[in-house]
Amino acid sequence: MIEQSVLEEVLGVAMRTGGEFAEVFAEDRRNASAVLDDGRVEELTSGRDRGAGIRVVVGDTTGFAHTADLTEAGLIAAAEAAAAAARGGGGGTNVVALDRRSASRGYDIETYPGDVPKARKVELLGRANDAARAVGDAISQVSVSYGDNRRHILVANSDGLFVEDDTVRTFFAVSCVATGDAGMQTGRESVGHTIGFELFDMYDVDQLARNAADRALTKLAARPAPSGQMPVVIGSGGGGVLFHEACGHGLEADLVAKGASVFRGRVGQQVASKGVTVVDDGTMEREWGNIAVDDEGNPAQRNVLIEDGVLTDYMWDHLRARKEGRRSSGNGRRQSYQNLPMVRMTNTYLLAGEEDPEAIIASTPKGVYVKHLGGGQVNTATGDFVFGMTEAYLIEDGKITEPLREGNLIGNGPEVLQRIDALGNDFAMGPPGTCGKDGQGVPVGDGVPTLRVSSLTIGGTAA
Amino acid sequence: MSEDLLAIADRVVAMAKPGEQIEAVVVRGTETEIRVFGGDVESLSSAQSQGVGIRIVVDGRQGFAYAGSLDESAIAETLADARDNVSFATFDEFAGLAEPDGVVIPLLDLHRDAMISFATADKIAMAIELERVVMAADPRISGIESAEYADSISEAAIASSAGIRTVGSETSCFLATYAMATEGDETQTGFGFSVGREPSDLTPSAAAIEAAERATRMLGAVQPASGRLTVVLDPWVTAQFLGILGYTLDGESVLKGRSLFADRLGESVGSSLLTLIDDPTDVRSFTATDADGEGLAARRNVLIENGVLQKFVHNAYSARRAGTVSTGNAVRGFKSTPSVGCLSVSLVPGSSDPAALIAGIDDGVLVQEVSGLHSGVNPVSGDFSTGAEGLRIRNGELAEPVREFTIASTLQKMLRDVQAVGNDLQFLPMNATGVSLVVADLTVSGS
Repeated sequence: MIEQSVLEEVLGVAMRTGGEFAEVFAEDRRNASAVLDDGRVEELTSGRDRGAGIRVVVGDTTGFAHTADLTEAGLIAAAEAAAAAARGGGGGTNVVALDRRSASRGYDIETYPGDVPKARKVELLGRANDAARAVGDAISQVSVSYGDNRRHILVANSDGLFVEDDTVRTFFAVSCVATGDAGMQTGRESVGHTIGFELFDMYDVDQLARNAADRALTKLAARPAPSGQMPVVIGSGGGGVLFHEACGHGLEADLVAKGASVFRGRVGQQVASKGVTVVDDGTMEREWGNIAVDDEGNPAQRNVLIEDGVLTDYMWDHLRARKEGRRSSGNGRRQSYQNLPMVRMTNTYLLAGEEDPEAIIASTPKGVYVKHLGGGQVNTATGDFVFGMTEAYLIEDGKITEPLREGNLIGNGPEVLQRIDALGNDFAMGPPGTCGKDGQGVPVGDGVPTLRVSSLTIGGTAA
Repeated sequence: MSEDLLAIADRVVAMAKPGEQIEAVVVRGTETEIRVFGGDVESLSSAQSQGVGIRIVVDGRQGFAYAGSLDESAIAETLADARDNVSFATFDEFAGLAEPDGVVIPLLDLHRDAMISFATADKIAMAIELERVVMAADPRISGIESAEYADSISEAAIASSAGIRTVGSETSCFLATYAMATEGDETQTGFGFSVGREPSDLTPSAAAIEAAERATRMLGAVQPASGRLTVVLDPWVTAQFLGILGYTLDGESVLKGRSLFADRLGESVGSSLLTLIDDPTDVRSFTATDADGEGLAARRNVLIENGVLQKFVHNAYSARRAGTVSTGNAVRGFKSTPSVGCLSVSLVPGSSDPAALIAGIDDGVLVQEVSGLHSGVNPVSGDFSTGAEGLRIRNGELAEPVREFTIASTLQKMLRDVQAVGNDLQFLPMNATGVSLVVADLTVSGS
């Protein structure tokens, strides 16, 4: 994307005013998407974003500038702007010699979506639409979306790091509306992996469409969710967002450093039930949160955050790690070249236990079974978090009975982690997610086995 | 200053082939973001970005492409991509661009040159002052999660082969901070902000004191008992609900069978106290604009009047399909085709101040923050359930702080259960304006 000699020159300019660290992050990203809604392929969209973000660190201050102009002159102008923003004292001379490394993710993309004829992508939309509508007359609306992107990044910094990576992601989702006597309900199914068009060798779009339609139909007969506290069983693969919110964000070192995390100062302490092991793993092959290197050029890692209930470590980016005199954990990510990186999760999951999932449900006299969670949100300073249930059922006398309408569950991270009293042996990863923090979205994955929380507050309307 | 963008849009439109309708949206944004921590700048970002989106319609089929660049080669590639995409769309007799409708684009005071001349050092000083006042506001303030100043100059030009040709520039800025208050092991948070069109509109001390007050008053919060209560939504919370309500009144959702109000035009859908307007021409609103995403004049639309549903909002496509005219509600960035949406929704304020609203409630909750709206509100079914925190109201007075509970109902029922609208309009950094709202009979789920 950019010549090594140009990068060295630009980094030299960035450091000239007394910078302690400088970095060029360049990105060339192509997006393609297609949407079918209301029975029509509405449009295909193609997009390209290309540019570079340059940051300069002086003391505790980071200066940042970005440009869509990748010529030497454009990059030097951005480097000067970033250096000025960092307000360095000046007078430094810096020669930067880059050491080119290779990024590896351990598997190959089989079919680049850019090589697939657009007609084939459009054909998938029509098939899913037909399959969803065939599920029943109550399916009153269907929307189907396809998306792929290819993101080529380059990171070069004043420590001599120089690495490039090329990432391909492919995504497919079906959303249905079902209409019945009591109004409308919705059902959704989405899949996404850090792979190419071979996504459709892994999944049958007809089946995905039927799953979405079934979810909407099931909810037509749903009753309002209960209001108040009761045991909650979360289904395998459906509820990783629980850990993303209950502890993931609170273990991001930038929030910890500001005192904005309930997990501050708790490394080495028992923060969760015994048996609970939580991992953030950017190396997880083909998963939605997979990265070969993070957006600061550090290799992805498998980081154990909580081991058998004991907090082992936080997640780190370059800046926070540098302050603490340690290495980054490969969690420095950003939405695009227009953003500064910060500590972000990748694929966050809870390891399987040993119990039979059926037995977990059977040993719950009364509670809620959540098969699929929606999004969530956490206040890391208080630990209070919410997450939505998009597919849930009542558990009565150890059996899954009636479907429930949507609602949020609310809990406190440190308390909920201590209340996990059953872990199934049926681990699975869940659907692709987008994690938002400070206005930046990045792709993340999550996974859980079937598990039970002994008590959570369910935010329904039924007494 | 934005005339160069219009020239680019004109050039793209001039490349139309016979039988092609072309629309070009060309934007440029100049943004500054300053975060401070510990009395010093933590990060300062300053950048200009630009982009072009090209929409082509040929014989009832639409294609689209965009690029984050205004280079001639990028524009040529984008135009070729948009052309290539056309053939894959399904024929739609209503597909097409917006036609000029004779509504004059209002002259609004949305661009301030003062923004451009305001020195970076003064912006930094303002952010540092914001943090300083938060830290000094109360001995229980333990720190800040963030304190920032941000501003932007947004320029956009739209031109089309249908005869649309508009260009505009808007400036905006805000200060925002999240404060933390700590007592023993317990930490609570609160935010404050200030919005304006130029830095001199901003009041760092008011934003700081609000954040400190919202954080400290939550100390000692407990989980409330479950029950059905009257709830006062503070302006910030009301605005978030109005944003979602706006979705249900979007003409495209109506046409596609996704609006719970689809068959209700002319009917009572809520308390007679409710009058909901979408008015992007109110320059006090952060998202005020003179033109919509298709270059038609922005306008004031009354959506619900005294509880009766009056109007859905439309862009050119949804209007044509519904057999009506665009209400000037095309919403888009340069990376997408226009969708339909409210631009700046607001309730017409009532006469009572917030203290008077609270004084009228024996047993209730003031909700100052909600969480999980994206996962807890389904605008198609109307079901909603969100995390909440705030203060109990007992015998007309604010009582103990409460947290870790949810409030739930349906949007339909909530509109009927509105008991009062406050007089405290608050302009926020979002597309909805806040005001205190009293809603009866919400389900509170706690202990």
